[in-house]
Amino acid sequence: MTMLTPRARVRGLGSAKGGTEHWWTQRLSAISLAVLAPFFFIPFAIALGKPWLEVVSMYKHPFNAIVAALFMLAVFHHMRLGLQVVIEDYIHAPALRTGLIIAVKLGTLLLGFAAAFSIGMIAFAV
Amino acid sequence: MPIVSPQSALRATPRHQWKAANPMPHVETGADVGRGNRPLSPHLQVYKPQMTSVMSAFHRITGVGNSLGAALVAWWFIAAATGEGAFDFIDGLLTSWLGHLVLLGFTFSLCYHLCNGLRHLLWDAGYGFELDQVRTTGLVAMAAAAMMAVGLFVVGWAN
Repeated sequence: MTMLTPRARVRGLGSAKGGTEHWWTQRLSAISLAVLAPFFFIPFAIALGKPWLEVVSMYKHPFNAIVAALFMLAVFHHMRLGLQVVIEDYIHAPALRTGLIIAVKLGTLLLGFAAAFSIGMIAFAV
Repeated sequence: MPIVSPQSALRATPRHQWKAANPMPHVETGADVGRGNRPLSPHLQVYKPQMTSVMSAFHRITGVGNSLGAALVAWWFIAAATGEGAFDFIDGLLTSWLGHLVLLGFTFSLCYHLCNGLRHLLWDAGYGFELDQVRTTGLVAMAAAAMMAVGLFVVGWAN
């Protein structure tokens, strides 16, 4: 006879405490990045090294601004998921591992939102 | 005959000597059941590197490397929104010879991770698991990554 509650049995997470969510969101962000990559990196390669005014006027264009903001959000989400797996694989001390995972999560959240917000500031500035 | 406990025997002789003289009987438990006395899989250090394993390791290494590149790109955008002074500082860093070297490495790392990532998505969809297919897609991914990186760098340089 099983000691699981029916709800726990249906969720099927077991001792791993997580399901396919991490795996699935990693693939979704990967697909998003693969589609966005050419539209982000070609303008970026062109803009890199140009004077400030030219860079700002390039990213005032809605297409460049939207793609760049989406790319930044997707890239830092994908980065969090990837770095979390690397930490889980190589860092075994529980306190350090949990601490690093929290730091990666908060750090990527900060960088992603700051970058997307900055692109918005450039696009909306008069 | 004197009674010697394992503890006192351990104190009297080095651990490896005592263990060699007193081999553990092999008991099959858990994941061991049915293995017989076959050897365990070798450690990474003594395993012959193959294209598949090296490419897999590089996927992870380039992923971590791309994280640093992404932070630089975020810095570049944040600086551009902050003002001309902040932008000129990061622009100066990135257009120095060291900056160019970092950008070159970042470009290759990024293109490799992208192309090999598409290969991973192909596997996730259930295709390309045969050994010859794994080898072919691996070579295609590496060639595409190299071409993409060179192309992106040329675009950046020409403009």
